[in-house]
Amino acid sequence: MELSAILLQVLNGLDKGSAYALIALGLTLIFGTLGVVNFAHGALFMIGAFCSVTLQRLLSISTVTLDETKTDFLGNPAKITTPYVETWFGPEVGSAIIDWSVPLAILFAIPIMLFIGFAMERGLIKHFYKRPHADQILVTFGLAIVLQEVIKYFFGANQIPAPAPDAFIGSFDFGELIGMGAGTLMYPYWRIVYFLFALIIIAAVFCFLQFTTFGMVVRAGMADRETVGLLGINIDKRFTIMFGIAAAVAGLAGVMYTPINPPNYTIGMDFLVISFVVVVVGGMGSLGGAVLAGFILGILESFASMRQVIELIPGINQVVIYLAAIVILLARPRGLLGRKGVMES
Amino acid sequence: MSIEKNLDKLQLSRRTVLKAGAAGMAAGAAPMIIPSTAHAHMNEPTGSSVTLGFNVPQSGPYADEGADELRAYELAVEHLNGGGDGGMMGTFSSKALQGDGILGRKVEYVTGDTQTKPDAARASARSMIEKDGAVMITGGSSSGVAVAVQALCQEAGIIFMAGLTHSNDTTGKDKKANGFRHFFNSYMSGAALAPILAANYGTDRTAYHLTADYNWGYTTEEAVRTSTEAIGWKTAAAVKTPLSQTDFSSYIAPVQASGADVLVLNHYGANMVNSLTSAVQFGLRNAQANGKNFEIVVPLYSRLMAKGAGENVKGIFGSTNWHWSLSDEGSKAFVKSFGTKYGFPPSQAAHTCYVQTLLYADACQRAGSHNPCAVAEALEGFEFDGLGNGPTLYRAEDHQCFKDVLVVKGKENPDNEFDLLEIVEVTPAAQVTYDASIFGGDLGTCNAG
Repeated sequence: MELSAILLQVLNGLDKGSAYALIALGLTLIFGTLGVVNFAHGALFMIGAFCSVTLQRLLSISTVTLDETKTDFLGNPAKITTPYVETWFGPEVGSAIIDWSVPLAILFAIPIMLFIGFAMERGLIKHFYKRPHADQILVTFGLAIVLQEVIKYFFGANQIPAPAPDAFIGSFDFGELIGMGAGTLMYPYWRIVYFLFALIIIAAVFCFLQFTTFGMVVRAGMADRETVGLLGINIDKRFTIMFGIAAAVAGLAGVMYTPINPPNYTIGMDFLVISFVVVVVGGMGSLGGAVLAGFILGILESFASMRQVIELIPGINQVVIYLAAIVILLARPRGLLGRKGVMES
Repeated sequence: MSIEKNLDKLQLSRRTVLKAGAAGMAAGAAPMIIPSTAHAHMNEPTGSSVTLGFNVPQSGPYADEGADELRAYELAVEHLNGGGDGGMMGTFSSKALQGDGILGRKVEYVTGDTQTKPDAARASARSMIEKDGAVMITGGSSSGVAVAVQALCQEAGIIFMAGLTHSNDTTGKDKKANGFRHFFNSYMSGAALAPILAANYGTDRTAYHLTADYNWGYTTEEAVRTSTEAIGWKTAAAVKTPLSQTDFSSYIAPVQASGADVLVLNHYGANMVNSLTSAVQFGLRNAQANGKNFEIVVPLYSRLMAKGAGENVKGIFGSTNWHWSLSDEGSKAFVKSFGTKYGFPPSQAAHTCYVQTLLYADACQRAGSHNPCAVAEALEGFEFDGLGNGPTLYRAEDHQCFKDVLVVKGKENPDNEFDLLEIVEVTPAAQVTYDASIFGGDLGTCNAG
C-alpha cells in the first residue's frame, strides 16, 4: 500500500471526523450543561443544511418572462427566470452572490439556529430536566422525527444540490506541497475548507468556555450546578444560551456540509447514531473527548473502507466504528477522556 | 312413504356431509389470505366498481418517486374511466379499452405506503387485498419490495403489476406466475450500455466498480461487468459499499490510483447522488488515467434523483426505461396529459406505473374477466405498441417486457430544470433480449385465490 493512499485516507478521516466532532461537541455541551441526552441534535444539523438550501432559494427568487422563441416541455413558450439579485446588483454581482450562497448561509443560519435552540430548550426540553434519560431520549427522538417530516413536507424527499462557490471547485495538490510529486495526493478544496471551518468552530467554543466569565460560570455549573446556584448565579439562563450555541454549532456543521453531500431530510439521522457513539467513546460530558473521538473514528472508518482492508476482513467497513467503540469502552469504561461520576449513579 | 322419508333423510345427510366436507377442505387448504368461497377468484368484483391497489413509497427516501407513481396511477384511473384526454389509451395498439372503466365497471383505487421496506410493503398490500378488496396490486420503487409483494400476491391469488424494479431477480430467480414487470432490468442496462461505452471510450478500458451492498447492486454489477468484459474491458476491482453510506470519499479517493480509467457506480437514489457528487469533487471527471480521459458510468439513471446531483451528471452515461423527451406518439400523449395536469413532465417511474395499469385493464378487457389466471393468459406473449417504448412483448416464460432500452447521457447545456438527460441511443429490443432460463427461478402456476 502506497504512502499517498494512506495519507489520503487520513485526510478523508479528518474530514469525516470534522462533521462527527462538531455534532458530538454540541451533544456533549448539552449533556454536560443540562444533563439532557438530545436525540434531536441530528435534526439540528439537518435544519442547518436546509438553511443553505433556503438561502439559495431565497436568492434565486426571480422575475418570470416568456420567451416566444423557445418552448417548454409541453410546447408552450418557455419561461425565462431572472433572479431579483441579478436585477438589483447587476448580472455579475448577482450571480456571484448566488454562487456564494453556502458561505453566506453561515450568517443566515446563526440567528435561526440560536432561535431554534432557545425555542427547543424553553418550549420542550426544560420540562424534561428531572425526568429519566429514557424519557428525554424518547421526547427528543420524537421531536427529531417531527422536524424531519416538516422539512420533507416543504422540501420533498429527494436530495437538493447546494454546491460550493466556483472558486472552491477542484483539488489542492498536497503531493506537491510535501514533496511527494505533483498529482500524487490531491484533495478537494471544499473538504479542506470544511476541516478548517470545523477546527475554527471547535477552537471558538473552547476559547469561549475557557477564557470568558460566561464560560467560566458555565464550566462551574457543569461541575457542580447546585453550588453555583447557591452563589446566586442564574445558571439556568446560561444553560439555555449554551443550548442555543450547541444548536448553532450543529447548524453550522450542516450548512457547510451541503456541498459535500446534497442534503435531504434524513441527513441528520445518518449522523446521529455515529455521533452518539463518538460522545460515548470520547467520554460522556467531555468536550475534548468528543472532538478526539470524532477524528479517531472518522479516520478508522476511512481506513476500513479501503479495498485492501475489506478484502482482508470482509464487512469491516460496516462495523468498524462499533467494533472500535466496544474495544475502547472495554479498555476505558468511561471513554477516552471521561470523568468519574458522569452518567454514573 | 317410509322409503321416501328415508331418501329425504339420506339426501339431507348427504348434503350435510358434502357441505361439511367442503368446509373442511376449504379450512384445510386455506391460504394466509382467505378468499370469499362464493366467488370464482379472489376479490372478484361484484358491484359497479372495481378496486385497484396502488402500493407506492409515500414515506421514506423514495417518497418523491412514489408521489410521481401515484400521480400516474390517478391519471390512468381517470383515463380508464373516460376522463381527461385519454392519454396513451389513444395511441395504445390494443383497442379493447373503451373509456368505461374495466369490463364496464368504474375503476376505483386505494393506496398503500411501502415505505421502501419489504415488510411494510407486504402489510400495506395485504391490507388493500383483505380490507379494501383490491383485485390487483401495483407499484413500488425497489426490487426488495417488488419481490416481497409479488410473492404475497402469488399466495393471495392477486395479479401484481410491478412498478420500478430493476433487479434481474424480479422476473428471474424470484419470478411468479401472478407477477408481471414492464420495467427493464440490470441485464438489459448492461447489454444496452456496453456497445455505447465501446464506441465512446474504446475497448481498452479498465473499470472500477462501486456497488451498493444489496441484491439490486449485485445484479447490476454482474450485468455491467459481464457485458463490458465481453467488449474487452478489464475489471480492476469491485467494492461493495454499505447501503447506509452517505460520504463516499473513502471509497472514491483510492479509485484514481487503482489503475482504472472508468468508475462504474452501481448505486441508486441517495447512494448514486452522493457517490457521483464525491467522484466529481475528487476530480475524476476531469482526470487522466492510462493516457485517457477518466470516465464515470451510472448504469441506472433516475431523472428525479439525478436532479439531486445537480451539474455533476453532465456528460455521464447511463440507461433508463423511458424519458419524457421521446418523440413517439405514445410518449407525447402521455407527457401532454401528465404535464397539463401536474405542471411538470412524468418520471420513468410514473411512466411504467401508468403503462402497467393500462396493460392490466386491457388484459382484463380482452380476457373478459378479472380472474388472475385469465388475465395472466391474456398478458403472456402479448405484443403491443404505442405505450412509449416502441413494439413490446410481454414474454410468457418470465413475465418480463422486452422493448427498446434508452442509453442516456447527462446533458451539458440543459434548456430547463427537467432537461437533465439526453437520449444517446435507443437500443433495439433484440439486442437486450436473453434466454428466459439464464436467471433460474420457476414461474409456478397462476393462483386465482
